[in-house]
Amino acid sequence: MSRISARFAKLRAEGRGALIPFVEAWDPDGPTSMALLRGMPAAGADLIEIGIPFTDPMADGPIIQAAARRALLAGVKLRFVLDMVRAFRLEDADTPIILMGYLNPILSYGVQKFCEDSAKAGVDGFIIVDLPTEEADLMLPHTNANGLDFIRLIAPTTDDQRLPHVLNGSSGFVYYVSITGITGTRSASSSDLAAAIPRVRKVTDLPIAIGFGVRTPAQAAEASRVADAAVVASALIETMAGNLDADGKAKPGTVEKILAQVRALADGVRGKGAAA
Amino acid sequence: MNQSLPPAALNSLRSGPTDRGRFGAYGGRFVAETLMPLVLAVEQAYAEAKVDPEFQADLKSHLTHYVGRPSPLWFAKRLTERLGGAKVYFKRDELNHTGSHKANNCMGQILLARRMGKTRIIAETGAGQHGVATATMCALFGLPCTVYMGATDVERQAPNVFRMKLLGAEVKAVTSGAGTLKDAMNEAMRDWVANVEDTFYIIGTVAGPHPYPMMVRDFQSVIGEEAKVQMREAEGRLPDVCVACIGGGSNAMGLFHPFLDDSSVRLIGVEAGGHGIETGQHAASLTGGRPGVLHGNRTYLLQDDDGQIIEAHSISAGLDYPGIGPEHSWLHDIGRVEYVSATDNEALAAFQLCTQTEGIIPALEPAHALAYVTKLAPTMDKDKIILMNLCGRGDKDIATVAAHLGMKL
Repeated sequence: MSRISARFAKLRAEGRGALIPFVEAWDPDGPTSMALLRGMPAAGADLIEIGIPFTDPMADGPIIQAAARRALLAGVKLRFVLDMVRAFRLEDADTPIILMGYLNPILSYGVQKFCEDSAKAGVDGFIIVDLPTEEADLMLPHTNANGLDFIRLIAPTTDDQRLPHVLNGSSGFVYYVSITGITGTRSASSSDLAAAIPRVRKVTDLPIAIGFGVRTPAQAAEASRVADAAVVASALIETMAGNLDADGKAKPGTVEKILAQVRALADGVRGKGAAA
Repeated sequence: MNQSLPPAALNSLRSGPTDRGRFGAYGGRFVAETLMPLVLAVEQAYAEAKVDPEFQADLKSHLTHYVGRPSPLWFAKRLTERLGGAKVYFKRDELNHTGSHKANNCMGQILLARRMGKTRIIAETGAGQHGVATATMCALFGLPCTVYMGATDVERQAPNVFRMKLLGAEVKAVTSGAGTLKDAMNEAMRDWVANVEDTFYIIGTVAGPHPYPMMVRDFQSVIGEEAKVQMREAEGRLPDVCVACIGGGSNAMGLFHPFLDDSSVRLIGVEAGGHGIETGQHAASLTGGRPGVLHGNRTYLLQDDDGQIIEAHSISAGLDYPGIGPEHSWLHDIGRVEYVSATDNEALAAFQLCTQTEGIIPALEPAHALAYVTKLAPTMDKDKIILMNLCGRGDKDIATVAAHLGMKL
């Protein structure tokens, strides 16, 4: 069983959903983002998404755009992202790691080599924003060959007719983009989610994570209750951005602040477990 | 790489793209899932419109009576004499309404948007020519229009910004990246993803996800189709060489496409060489880039060793783009079209030459094409013919040119 499947099975047994915090690799530098990544499981992260910085993140709002810019300024390379995962795996064999990013850096690295190196480093799956089902054959043979999950995105615009097509052969979990829009801008309403998630459930048995617009512990609790997991990104990065000094370095205590935020989100998600 | 052309079309270079939007290894639909259903809807609506005689008649009528087609073919006699070689003809798409070839495509796409029932239009723009053309069509049809333009370009193309505002468009200055065309396109796609219900995105060049490269090419092909007829009337034969400038490549594709199967005609695309290819500060994706994926298509891109996109540089805002339409990438690889470059300074010299010998102030974009013509024509016999697409007029550029010539307006 893959790490992702094992983790969701365990949480199901506990009767609660998952918290998936996001960390942009090398924002604002390698050591800070590594410290954040290391601290996340103890703060209550059930799975972790690591963002691969890209110059042109077309699905991201200003907050994640700025994080990518800081990381690129710090000199991040795609291989450094894999280095982070390798270092993380020395201490944590169980928490699933999903890399999220855009296709071009991966193409440049070489798709086959990237999948092989990712698997060796301890990556569990990918979310590639600009690689829709129609183009996924570029990557699927290599993710499959290396035991990696190619996680599908579902959007409010994905209609019932298209859903089975997008989810055909999917694995790991399904990422539901809860709004039509970019990251860090607005949030879906409870009624939107209540209508959308059962629509996806009809087509797949995989766990469903809700992302885009999940910011607060209450929203995380709701998302993990309506679906199976809540992804929180921009809200955490905002804390990072608000705690940088004039040189763009993280002020003392910044990592702890973000981890405290993760803890509060995790409490929100676990509150659901207590209530169930 | 398997070109996957249908068997009946094996002898034609004009039958692409495949149903996956591929020109050889290039093109495709690399967009987020949120946009994918929209892209498929545009593809379907365009496929239906393309074969609908009513749509085509409506388009032709608007091109004739509003845009002002056909554009003239002009024998540039004094320029030809000055260069002392091949005869130089201009296809005068700068005489279109709004002052560039962009009107051809905007008219086609806005008619499609109306057919699809869309009520809001967005566009990206570099030099502002596509933005002005889009704002114009929106004024004509009474549709609200938002144009994304890099902050750097807003500054260097101020007259076009004002024109767009006069036409009722909202111009949003984009400050991310270098504040040029690439960043404007990112922001337009972000707008589209957030306004999927009512909004049609009029892409200005032969790039973006399928069907845009094909659709924009089809709408621009009127340039080459007219030119073919006009050349036969003027000279009784096809030109020996066609030359056009290339940013994303829409005016070049419009001129070249009808000539692709005419093997006697050399086709030459001129990229923006900026300060010179060797300086790294240029916008020549084919000459100085390698294949990758950006803005929904696989194509040649300016990028670093790690796949991060590099900012382009050109004196011409309309060519200042780190990518190129995917069909050009394919035509480059198979060798059907030759791609060269001209520097900022060469374009400036050609700009002045054209103004002084022909009484035509060209945009800085076609000034790049002309810069190459000034090198090529003298090497050719006097009975040879060069056809150049004069795709835009230069009123918008006079402040930029004055600054480079050290003159105060």
